[in-house]
Amino acid sequence: MNFLSIFVLIPLLMLLGLWLVKDQKGIRSVMVIGSTGLLILSVALTVLFLQERAVDPTSPMLFTASFDWIAPLHIKYSVGVDGISVAMLLLSSIIVFTGTFVSWNMNKEYFLWFTLLSAGVFGFFISIDMFAMFMFYEVALIPMYLLIGVWGTGPKEYAAMKLTLMLMGGSAFLMCGIFGIFYGAGGQTMNIIDIANQLNGAHVIDLAQQHIWFPLTFAGFGVLGALFPFHTWSPDGHASAPTAVSMLHAGVLMKLGGYGCFRIAMYLMPQAAQDLGWIFLILTGISVVYGAFSACVQTDLKYINAYSSVSHCGLVLFGILMINQVAATGAVLQMLSHGLTTALFFALIGMIYGRTHTRDIREMTGLMRIMPFLSVCYVIAGLANLGLPGFSGFVAEMTIFVGSFAQADTFHRVLTIAACTSIVVTAVYILRLVGKILYGVCTDEHHLKLSDATWEERFAVICLIFCIAGLGTAPFWISNLIDGGVAPIISNITKFTADASLNPFM
Amino acid sequence: MENQFIFTLLILLLPLASFLFLGLAGHKLSHKAAGLVGTICLGIVAVLSYYTAIRYFGSPRVDGAFQPVVPINISWLPLGKLSFDMGILLDPISVVMLIVISTVSLMVHIYSFGYMHGERGFQRYYAFLSLFTMSMLGLVVATNIFQMYLFWELVGVSSYLLIGFFYTLKPAIAASKKAFIVTRFADMFFLIGILIYGFYTKTFSFDFTDAENARNIAGAAFILPTALFLMFLGGAGKSAMFPLHIWLPDAMEGPTPVSALIHAATMVVAGVYQVARLFPLWIQYAPETLHVVAWIGAFTAFYAAAVACAQSDIKRVLAFSTISQIAFMMVALGVCTEATTGHGHEGSLGYMASMFHLFTHAMFKATLFLCAGCLIHAVHSNEMSMMGGMRKYMPVTHWTFLIACLAISGIPPFSGFFSKDEILSASFAYSPVMGWVMTGIAAMTAFYMFRLYYGIFWGTENKEHHSAHTPHEGGWVMTFPLIFLTIFTLVAGFIPFGKLVSADGQAYDFLAHFDWKLGATSCLIALVSIALATYIYKGEKQPVADRLQAAMPRLHKWAYKRFYLDEVYQYVTHQIIFKHISKPLAWFDRHIIDGFFNFLAWGTHELGFEIRGFQSGSIQKYAFIFLLGAIVLIFIMIL
Repeated sequence: MNFLSIFVLIPLLMLLGLWLVKDQKGIRSVMVIGSTGLLILSVALTVLFLQERAVDPTSPMLFTASFDWIAPLHIKYSVGVDGISVAMLLLSSIIVFTGTFVSWNMNKEYFLWFTLLSAGVFGFFISIDMFAMFMFYEVALIPMYLLIGVWGTGPKEYAAMKLTLMLMGGSAFLMCGIFGIFYGAGGQTMNIIDIANQLNGAHVIDLAQQHIWFPLTFAGFGVLGALFPFHTWSPDGHASAPTAVSMLHAGVLMKLGGYGCFRIAMYLMPQAAQDLGWIFLILTGISVVYGAFSACVQTDLKYINAYSSVSHCGLVLFGILMINQVAATGAVLQMLSHGLTTALFFALIGMIYGRTHTRDIREMTGLMRIMPFLSVCYVIAGLANLGLPGFSGFVAEMTIFVGSFAQADTFHRVLTIAACTSIVVTAVYILRLVGKILYGVCTDEHHLKLSDATWEERFAVICLIFCIAGLGTAPFWISNLIDGGVAPIISNITKFTADASLNPFM
Repeated sequence: MENQFIFTLLILLLPLASFLFLGLAGHKLSHKAAGLVGTICLGIVAVLSYYTAIRYFGSPRVDGAFQPVVPINISWLPLGKLSFDMGILLDPISVVMLIVISTVSLMVHIYSFGYMHGERGFQRYYAFLSLFTMSMLGLVVATNIFQMYLFWELVGVSSYLLIGFFYTLKPAIAASKKAFIVTRFADMFFLIGILIYGFYTKTFSFDFTDAENARNIAGAAFILPTALFLMFLGGAGKSAMFPLHIWLPDAMEGPTPVSALIHAATMVVAGVYQVARLFPLWIQYAPETLHVVAWIGAFTAFYAAAVACAQSDIKRVLAFSTISQIAFMMVALGVCTEATTGHGHEGSLGYMASMFHLFTHAMFKATLFLCAGCLIHAVHSNEMSMMGGMRKYMPVTHWTFLIACLAISGIPPFSGFFSKDEILSASFAYSPVMGWVMTGIAAMTAFYMFRLYYGIFWGTENKEHHSAHTPHEGGWVMTFPLIFLTIFTLVAGFIPFGKLVSADGQAYDFLAHFDWKLGATSCLIALVSIALATYIYKGEKQPVADRLQAAMPRLHKWAYKRFYLDEVYQYVTHQIIFKHISKPLAWFDRHIIDGFFNFLAWGTHELGFEIRGFQSGSIQKYAFIFLLGAIVLIFIMIL
């Protein structure tokens, strides 16, 4: 048994533990022990990975293992990690860990689904077999329906239904795409690395087939990555979801989208990625700017953040589609950065909502005097979100922009410059928000008596801020880690050159 | 050489440590302790800065020029073939900036003990001051353009935090937001400029003399004017060049010592510093664009001076005066025509003049702002009408203010005379038109400054307001910085600045080239303006001023309203961006895109509802349909 499987094993054990314990104390201890275990494991993995990488700098994946699962169908349970997945595992464990503290007072059933969801997420990131990946993907999606539908707020049934149906629609595309790749590549293996290794400068998958399966796979994952125009589940879903679920969803689950687009759609169908990438590039460009502008006029805290996520996740796909080493590294950094920042944001929104019972920015003012700790953290989260140096967003955005600029044709230049405008618009909606709800004098007498954060809330928030600032001040090693993971994928794609006749804008 | 200066790292780390300490633990400290921590850190930084300057300018010249020193430079973030470095670069201009920043910042730290006494959030205030100082120092010692951008953003945010320090007041919130967004908008161009520059020159470094860099830069010559101009736009945002200046007057909502430090002496000259830093590129590859910068500067200087003549809020007068003076520095850089001095004419005199004016302006403008702080502290208002006759109550403020006014007006022997005279010389060398325009604006400067001076210290005393609470000087913590900075203003003119800073690094003896005719003319014009201001504004009653205002009501109102530029911006942001872009987009998202998916869901649901009828479970119905189908099939077969 490969030790990567412990990432899935721990959540399963946690499920068992949760099922056995009776009282709140028991639930909390199971969750804290389990999520701490995951955190330690992912840190240990990072260290081990860096050591192993120094010894073996060439193989695309390390710590690989493979077991027959459904042999007649060539389905295997294969695991392995590279720089990108290590970074994602680290992110997931941080979010699960802090999410536990944020949902401190929730009941057992909630935590059961929550843990199942994280099992799916961890499974997804360690898998290198398309079928296993798809299965874990679905495992992560289904609990979301219940978590929102049962423990959500507002029009929760509608939101839960919408979110699940739209993501399921994406999965349907995805499944077609995956089977298309499987048969297109000879129908012998579902293993991503094996398929990619067959490429060697030739099309394993027939070009005509690539042109069909690439858009399907990319759009399928893109739905989860909030790709315009499939993003509308995000505002409603996030607004209704309970705090920790929003955190996990925006922080980690949306990253599954970007990760899948890069690892499956682009890696395995390089020629199609070169030929048809421009369509999605335009869509992501729209996402980036459109999300930012839409966020400017929202009045619900969570809607603002959801649109902000559309904009920032758009930047992830944008970076990937630039097909360039630096931009793709930036995109993965942006996944980390957005994951942490947005989780922090949702955590804080949840805490504020738990006290004021409103998320409407017109009904709150002057919270700085009433809950100084939460408000200061909110300002920090806002500044991190708008890409202030010293926080992770700056590092990620700058890497993406510098990388994107290396594509010297007019088409890419125009889109890059358009994406740059988002940094201004982001400042507009963040400062508007901060100015409205935190500054000023509190006029609502019910708000005057509210209390500041409790210890577990403080702990979760401080952990997240620490990570964001850490990534923002010392990006060197994490950037190197990711760079190593991105390199083989990018070099695989850049073996091919785009067919310019397919792009009317070139 | 490099290792001797490694201690300069402390200049950055100490304020950072002070910021982190006060930010995290400040609320547990008393006001006094928190202030002391910040001030002592800054005191050490100031000592180190002076020590650096002495060591640096004491080191031997190579080929007649001081050599740049890079004590430390590390790769912070690898970006493929490029690299985002962080480090410290010491050269004449960065060392001069270290002196300016640490001196003014230290004085502001001391002064704030008195000015902010007893304010809520005193510890936070000192934490932000430390953050600002760290960022500003990091900006000036940057070894590459990207590091400069990083700290550029950080000074922007510290400015935001400090303008909005009184966060319960609506104007302060609005002003801080405006300042941040306007400068951020400008920074976007800066960023795009950096991206272009980095892509074509394959480096971000300021080391233009390195053989490989020089080759790459020469290869990118075709794009450099664009890149440099975009970067200049970023600088125009920070340095409040027209039409991006609109945030600066509003920024006066912040505490007055902050205005002195950030919005008069240091942060707002970042744009000038940026152009000076990239000067070798400007002069070699984009001289025409550089002259465009000069004309933008000249217009800004004129516009701001005109507006300053009509303002009644003393801090706003000073703010517009700052805009005008920074524009002088920009003009000085823009009128340069050659990379070297000493070709018989002053081809790059402007470079030195600009840095010199930056230095002297920082000192006397900080004095003026700190004086304004004393006055506001004494009468609890920013309006000139609440003052008048203050010379009786506040002698120290009066004398220091007067000296600073004389300096800014360009009266010898005060420092402003020397630096402004060099700027005028450089302008005349470029073109007589520019020279006379700038001389005219210098005359306006003298006029509005003395209008302000008489309005505050002479004129009609607002007895009603003063009788309730007799105005008086603050304690020594407030008067000491005034006196200290005034001493600088008195002696700074005699610093042989040209020997330290010049475009090609060669020592340049300005006095040997001094144009006495020009000096006398500009001095005379300034004196005439002062006399005019005295005639109009000194008396208890001001019949001339009233008559002028009555004669040109519209002009006065337009100038008072700052030519309605803010309203234009208001219209663009609220009407166009919010109402006509964001609102329709949000509507489109909710109703069209989301509506489409809801329609899909509804369609599926309806379809299911229709089909559901077939699964009725009744045998008769199934049998009927089965029969019907069979008959249809039979017909098909027969046919």
